[in-house]
Amino acid sequence: MLSLLETLINGLLLGALYALFGIGLSLSLGVMRMINIAHGDLIVLGAYLSSVIVLNTDLDPLSSLLIVIPMMFVIGWLLQKLLFNRVMGRDPLSPLLLTFGLSIVIQNLLQELFSADTRSLPAGDLALQGIELGGVNIGVLPLISAGISVLAFLFVAHLINRSPIGSAVRAVADDQETARLVGVNDRRLFAYMAGFVLVTVAVASVLYGMRTPFSPTAGPERLIYSFEAVVLGGLGNLWGTFFGGLIIGVAQLLGARIDTGLGPFFGHLVFLVVLIARPEGLFKAGRA
Amino acid sequence: MLRVEQLSAYYGLFQALFEVDLRVDEGECMALIGANGAGKSTLLRSLVGAVKVSADSVQFDGEAVGGASERKQLKRGITLVPEGRRLFPSLSVRENIELAQRHGRPGRWDTELLFQELPALAEVQNRPATALSGGQQQLVAISRALVTNPRLLLCDEVSLGLSPYAVDEVYRLLNMARQDGMSVVLVEQNVQRALAEADRFYCVQKGRVVLDGVAAEADHHAVANAYFGV
Ligand SMILES: Nc1ncnc2c1ncn2[C@@H]1O[C@H](COP(=O)(O)OP(=O)(O)O)[C@@H](O)[C@H]1O
Ligand SMILES: [Mg+2]
Repeated sequence: MLSLLETLINGLLLGALYALFGIGLSLSLGVMRMINIAHGDLIVLGAYLSSVIVLNTDLDPLSSLLIVIPMMFVIGWLLQKLLFNRVMGRDPLSPLLLTFGLSIVIQNLLQELFSADTRSLPAGDLALQGIELGGVNIGVLPLISAGISVLAFLFVAHLINRSPIGSAVRAVADDQETARLVGVNDRRLFAYMAGFVLVTVAVASVLYGMRTPFSPTAGPERLIYSFEAVVLGGLGNLWGTFFGGLIIGVAQLLGARIDTGLGPFFGHLVFLVVLIARPEGLFKAGRA
Repeated sequence: MLRVEQLSAYYGLFQALFEVDLRVDEGECMALIGANGAGKSTLLRSLVGAVKVSADSVQFDGEAVGGASERKQLKRGITLVPEGRRLFPSLSVRENIELAQRHGRPGRWDTELLFQELPALAEVQNRPATALSGGQQQLVAISRALVTNPRLLLCDEVSLGLSPYAVDEVYRLLNMARQDGMSVVLVEQNVQRALAEADRFYCVQKGRVVLDGVAAEADHHAVANAYFGV
């Protein structure tokens, strides 16, 4: 019983991290109406950037974020400015094809630079530390990750629902053409959003890299987890993405109890079942 | 202040406007009359940059400004109240208006002044904009344009589907703006009303201007012919 509770809690903590993967995807889908197929590869790219910094300086992975975050922001901003803005607003297929190409380019680039070997980010003592709560053992690192994820969601929700930038973002999501009529600079907004999306990606990638090894081809798997969280929660629903992530995390760890290899499969299974039962996702789309 | 010369507009290969010529003078109200599909909305959308046209075809204060972005036209003082209101459903009434104000020009019109003039809107300012009645939504749509402090306000079917009382409210607001010297272009299904409100008029038929004149002197028979394309 206690071990089931432990699995549940660990599932939630893992799921919070998947939710953090999904936050960026949720924003680009909900606001820019664009699916970035390279999302997972950018997560892996973030982990490699951190790894390079950790190997060449005496920063640990978490402090490497001080450098990785601004780098990823610039990469996101540039990608949007130079590539994505060119194909947006046409047919939905163009961004799909473009980011699919980008995904392949990033994978090959990482393979060229870092070989196909798996790596992980050294978590140091953090990986071993745990706290005991009524007989249930909870890792400190997953706890920190989940805390950061919750903070990220609170921050984004506040930004979208309460700030002037947020009302411009919601206006563009509602009706891009009319948003332009009232003077919103949609392309500049998209560029900053893409930068911000990669900031969340940077944080998620380092936290995940500290607990799960990665290789240049690990991107698609991460894309799938993010995508599942977003779709499960209902497109365009920010907190839906959060709970979608939690569900995938719990499903994976419960599945892994049955058979260690079956974890991700159970995540997909839950995703599939929910999608058949409620094609629009668990939560109502709309207000973030 | 506005001069349209030989303006042609296209949607892909389809030509919606053919060498349109017209002008709007400082402080004047111009009515644009024509049947559905004549090209009135396309003309207004060309003026604000939502439909791309050649630079020379739109001259504002003698400057060729055709094809400039919506943002540039807004900064020059050309603002459109789009057909169908197009309020942002995820934004409250106040957010809808404030968003436009932030991106518009500085000036007399701001959110607080509007709420003062339209107390009924002030009461529902925190509700989602599309939860209001049609008449109130239209007032929000016009407010959203007024707070950008335009010099030329383009109104596309602002009284369509409204109750007579709501129509009067809409025109009361527009006349307040006109008293500040704002120039107005009216696209209006109700030809009588349009001619009553306007100084001059143009009739558009299948993308061409077929008749124009002083509103007070308009021959209603000729206007009806131009409207129905007889
Ligand atoms: N987005 C569009 N794409 C293609 N054709 C359009 C579009 N908008 C309008 N049209 C066509 O352009 C013509 C003029 O339309 P419009 O300017 O909306 O007329 P009006 O406002 O006078 O009713 C019509 O034939 C209409 O079908
Ligand atoms: Mg129209």
